[in-house]
Amino acid sequence: MAVDSRLTRWLRAHRPGGPFRPEAWRSPLRGPWLTSVLGLVLLVALPVVVVTGLLSYIAYGPQFGQAIPGDIGWLSLPWFEWPSRPSWLYQLTQGLHVGLGLVLVPVVLAKLWSVLPRLFAWPPVRSATHLLERVSVLLLVGSVLFEIVTGLLNIQYDYAFGFSFYTAHYWGAWVFIAAFATHIVIKAPAMVRALRSRSVRAELRTTRADTRPEPVESGLVATAPTPATISRRGALGVVAGGSLLVGALTVGQTVEWLRPLALLVPRGLVPGDGPNGFPVNRTATAAGITAADTGPEWTLVLLGGRDPVTLDRARLAALPQHTATLPIACVEGWSTTQDWTGVRLADLARLTGVDIPASAHVRSLERGGPFGQATLQGNQVTNPDALLALRVNGADLSPDHGYPARVIVPALPGVHNTKWVHSIEFRRTP
Amino acid sequence: MTRHPDSTQHPEPHAHGPWHAGVLLAGFAVTTYAVLHVLDDPSLPGMLTWFLAAAVAHDLVLFPAYAAADRAITRVDTRIPLVNHIRIPLLASGLLLLMFLPGILRRGADTFHTATGLTQDAFLHRWLLLTALFLTTSAALYAARVLLARRSS
Repeated sequence: MAVDSRLTRWLRAHRPGGPFRPEAWRSPLRGPWLTSVLGLVLLVALPVVVVTGLLSYIAYGPQFGQAIPGDIGWLSLPWFEWPSRPSWLYQLTQGLHVGLGLVLVPVVLAKLWSVLPRLFAWPPVRSATHLLERVSVLLLVGSVLFEIVTGLLNIQYDYAFGFSFYTAHYWGAWVFIAAFATHIVIKAPAMVRALRSRSVRAELRTTRADTRPEPVESGLVATAPTPATISRRGALGVVAGGSLLVGALTVGQTVEWLRPLALLVPRGLVPGDGPNGFPVNRTATAAGITAADTGPEWTLVLLGGRDPVTLDRARLAALPQHTATLPIACVEGWSTTQDWTGVRLADLARLTGVDIPASAHVRSLERGGPFGQATLQGNQVTNPDALLALRVNGADLSPDHGYPARVIVPALPGVHNTKWVHSIEFRRTP
Repeated sequence: MTRHPDSTQHPEPHAHGPWHAGVLLAGFAVTTYAVLHVLDDPSLPGMLTWFLAAAVAHDLVLFPAYAAADRAITRVDTRIPLVNHIRIPLLASGLLLLMFLPGILRRGADTFHTATGLTQDAFLHRWLLLTALFLTTSAALYAARVLLARRSS
């Protein structure tokens, strides 16, 4: 269109200085091949982070209204009943979501570095479609960093952002999913072309002294490059090294024998030794649980049958005890596997006369607080390893781990394993 | 398919044709549908602010800072490139500071204690020790390279 080209001509004649001059971008490493290698890593890995994140929403039990945000329309995975087998399912999916998300931070930063000249391309907009694409890239960059920043702050308990983490992280994810899918569809042909333009093997043999800019015309390739201060293989090595470093310092959040290596994350710290010396998610003091609440006067109330059944701790301990080695896995990505001993939830259901419960509602002594109660699915109640635990690793539960009794269910998100249990209502309907 | 007039200057690997416009609009439709769900959320301005801050955090804040630091480092020049022995340990240390800033600076100390029953006191020392470890390892490798280069010449 005439107007368009006149505007374009005018813009080209009035190019601002600084980063808008192509000569300002000096690195000989930038180019479509390098960007595409980083893009390929993200193309493979980020969908895993997305899907495991959406699985976590389902694991929280949206059918009971206990997943946040509540109203999500059709923006979710197709719903299915979250399994209670294998017991490490949530440990795996959420460990992947957080662990992979952390490890990819250096790759995302490197990818942003590699395409930065594009932000200052001149003229800034060349057509209506180009304008749409630039808006889409803004949403892509904004959402990926929004998800990373809110995630990083959340797992470190720094709620500087002041809004609901769950709500923001969920909707931020959908902004990301839309922009990411758009970006893949638009850029995939260019990525494939760029990846084919150079041999990986040759690149891995090229020293710093022999490193030259990619011989292609592209807004990414420097027009006035300085000599390379690092080879392309070296730069990729630095990014991979960054990912390995982050991985080494965080995998101990969930892999027990590597916990001493988790030096900078909350769950590398362990509260003392002994049978109860494993990470706590909410202390008894913080939950407002007093010694009087959990003393000899404490009783468990079982509801759902014709009459309530009340049991004190001695009677609970006299019931058949079962021991299961189960992980408890938090939405924050950390987990810990312990030997829990207690009464099967299915046995408690039978005591009330509800032989095949379709769901169960557990209440804590904790008053208020978002996780003072939780609803369990039928399969989670009837799993033979689903327990009302009284002991862990051969000792009574400590106050911080839920004394006098806590729920532990295979593959259930950590916070739904209610501590300081006050009552359980077994229901014949879901 | 006609090439865009600008393509002689910066040939794009793809044309911005109507097909791309369709894909982009479909993406925006999903984004709009998502954003509609938080329109009545009282914390929407906060979320938008954080979103926009995130969008420019790398390109307009982080990049100028690390590029300036790198220019300072690359002014150093010796026969065996010293620059990478300085910039790589600093990059590793900077990455850890960036990602684990809340613990290192003891931000959110109350919520941290509520959740874990512990304190963040250990993190600053650990980060400093890791930084020292990166720097000394890199210096030792550099010394080894210099010695080997001298012996072979």
